Amino acid sequence: MKYINAIIDGIEVSVPEGMTIMQAGDSIGAHIPRLCYHPKLSTEGACRICVVEVEGWYKYLPACSTLLQEGMVIRTNTPELRQMRRDLVELLLDNHPRGCLTCIKDGNCELQNLSYKLGVRERLFAGKRKRYPIEKSSVAVIRDAEKCILCRQCVRVCSEIQGVHNLSQMFRGFNTVVTPAFLANMDDSVCIKCGQCINVCPTAAFIEQDSTEDVWQALSDPNKFVVVQTAPAVRVAIGEGWKMPIGTPCTGKMVTALRRLGFKAVFDTNFTADLTIVEEAYEFIERYKNNEKLPIITSCSPGWIKFLEHFYPELIPNASTCKSPMQMMSVLLKTYYAELKGIDPKDIYVVAVMPCVAKKFEAKRPEHYSENNYPWTDAVLTTRELIWMIKAYGIDFLNLPDEDFDQPLGYATGAGDIFGTTGGVMEATLRTAYEKLTGKSSDNLDYFDVRMAPGLKEASVMINGFVLNIAVANGLNNAKTILEKVKSGEKQYHIIEIMACPGGCVAGGGQPLVHPEDYVYPLDEEMIKLRQKALYSIDKDKIHRKAHDNPFIKKLYSDFLEYPGSPIAHKLLHTTYTPRIPRGIK
Amino acid sequence: MCTDIKYTLDSDILEYINECLTKEHPESYLIAVLHRIQEKYGFLSEIHMDEVAHLLGVPTANVYGVSTFYHFFRLKPRGKFAISICLGTACFVKGADSILAEFKKELGIDLGDTTIDGLFSIESSRCIGVCALAPVVTINDEVFSRVKPTQVGDILNLMKGKRSAEKIAENS
Repeated sequence: MKYINAIIDGIEVSVPEGMTIMQAGDSIGAHIPRLCYHPKLSTEGACRICVVEVEGWYKYLPACSTLLQEGMVIRTNTPELRQMRRDLVELLLDNHPRGCLTCIKDGNCELQNLSYKLGVRERLFAGKRKRYPIEKSSVAVIRDAEKCILCRQCVRVCSEIQGVHNLSQMFRGFNTVVTPAFLANMDDSVCIKCGQCINVCPTAAFIEQDSTEDVWQALSDPNKFVVVQTAPAVRVAIGEGWKMPIGTPCTGKMVTALRRLGFKAVFDTNFTADLTIVEEAYEFIERYKNNEKLPIITSCSPGWIKFLEHFYPELIPNASTCKSPMQMMSVLLKTYYAELKGIDPKDIYVVAVMPCVAKKFEAKRPEHYSENNYPWTDAVLTTRELIWMIKAYGIDFLNLPDEDFDQPLGYATGAGDIFGTTGGVMEATLRTAYEKLTGKSSDNLDYFDVRMAPGLKEASVMINGFVLNIAVANGLNNAKTILEKVKSGEKQYHIIEIMACPGGCVAGGGQPLVHPEDYVYPLDEEMIKLRQKALYSIDKDKIHRKAHDNPFIKKLYSDFLEYPGSPIAHKLLHTTYTPRIPRGIK
Repeated sequence: MCTDIKYTLDSDILEYINECLTKEHPESYLIAVLHRIQEKYGFLSEIHMDEVAHLLGVPTANVYGVSTFYHFFRLKPRGKFAISICLGTACFVKGADSILAEFKKELGIDLGDTTIDGLFSIESSRCIGVCALAPVVTINDEVFSRVKPTQVGDILNLMKGKRSAEKIAENS
């Protein structure tokens, strides 16, 4: 490998060829200020904050998009550069609302942080400011164009990672604005509600639709029996809200906090993850025996399901008809649990805490309303919203004792726990499918082949002399690769697991925001791995690690659901999908 | 390409798009395709932009981004009487801006817009080469020279009269 030698701020650097000035600077601890740069996305060079001085060049060069060349003498900190960066930030601020105190990103805003770091202490410019109404028609993702600084990170994540291409810059110059095609509302566009635009936005130009007010109101309503369920990925990320190390499992503290907020009962979505596995494994085995509608594609990720409906309607028959664990739990709470407790389902208010923004959309799908026209899930909170509610209530989260979930919908096996990571649903399915296909019990529970895929993983698993071709994809651009192979018939898969977000739910659009000073960036692989490992550690410690071994699942079937795939299971736990307009461009 | 979508674009444009698809980087012909559509239909409708997106495999959001970036593309149909006000240097110093303001006020629409009845649209042009007659306004192929703001009402009435005469002729 060829090495390039240069001098940055008087320090000699020698780095492999092909590195930018910014990357070279990072390697020696010279963190050049930046705003539009994201290591996982293409280089934009839009903000010009990272300009540096290169000896012999007649102009300043952007460090993010200039390759380091042999013999360069670079200065990243001169009085002129500092002034220039300050001016650039001041100009951005001039065209930005002054509502930091009431902004949801206050404290996590990269623009605010940069302005502080660069020493912007007053706003010297006073020019025309862009004015746009907040586009808040969506049940999930809100667009606030006034706060947009045109860094295009949302546009890039939407196209380069998710392959959705919903956003683009419209018009030009001062009137430039980022919107879906034809300035459509988010809900009328191909937006899949994954919320990754929220994660990467340095300001608050994208945020989730707030559900906290609905939940506060329900909690203080004496006529409502308010219960809550929590998704697997929430427990391994919620601690970050109190600066706990990334990947600290906080299941017990989270349950205690929820009880103290006033929830009458706290249930585990992981339990219905187990249930999903039993139903889905049964569904797969049926399809496998009849050799129809293969590959089966998982259906837990609502962002992926909306993507399927916009982009691959022809593959809708392949998707598992199983509802997501969240919906299964909500349905059971308003049927099985309501009956058990003798409560009118209309009086039960189900809150779901999810690492996901698309879950807000899923809960409002007409398919997920009962025959009596009430929603199975009443409100969905993101992990961020729950953190805020716990803080608002004045609960000292760090010093809470550990409590357990309520039964009979609160015990999950290790199979349900790993639903929150890419490969987890596949592994859980294989653990159950192996036994159901062979009729033999297996001790081999760790399917490392499918674990923590960096985006795309294919494997073949031998079961009973049959080869099962499986594929795991996270980030929908990767899903496209697999789905195109399915369509062309290039490869015959049996099971495909797709999660919309890179790394799976642990890096969902509703997870805690990273603070700009933590030198962790949104979608950071190391951060995702730590959260994933936390889930696998929970799985490893469980006595039961196969979904069908869950004693409460067995009881649920014998008391209520009869058997996997039974008519009542079908009525309550399965759903349908419909092709959506506008059609997405593959 | 989505084969199950019924395209409303004219066959010669579909043919041109197919021709583009045989070339390297067909998406780079986006602007050329949009030009042809505007030439044919007078403007770019959302349906047509969506069809182009599917045919060329360019995301619809990007097609709209391109259409709104370039001033030449129109996103609304022209009026029956397309008023074009020259904002070239000579016309401008002779007061074209106040003529534009008068048209906007009289019709209640902005530059680039079309009245609800579809009768009038206002657009601006650069120098059309008759600076001696500045300020110049053209309506379809008709040229109005040395226009004063006070004449704007008369010009619009003239056009409305033409439309009425046409209607009578159509009905008789």
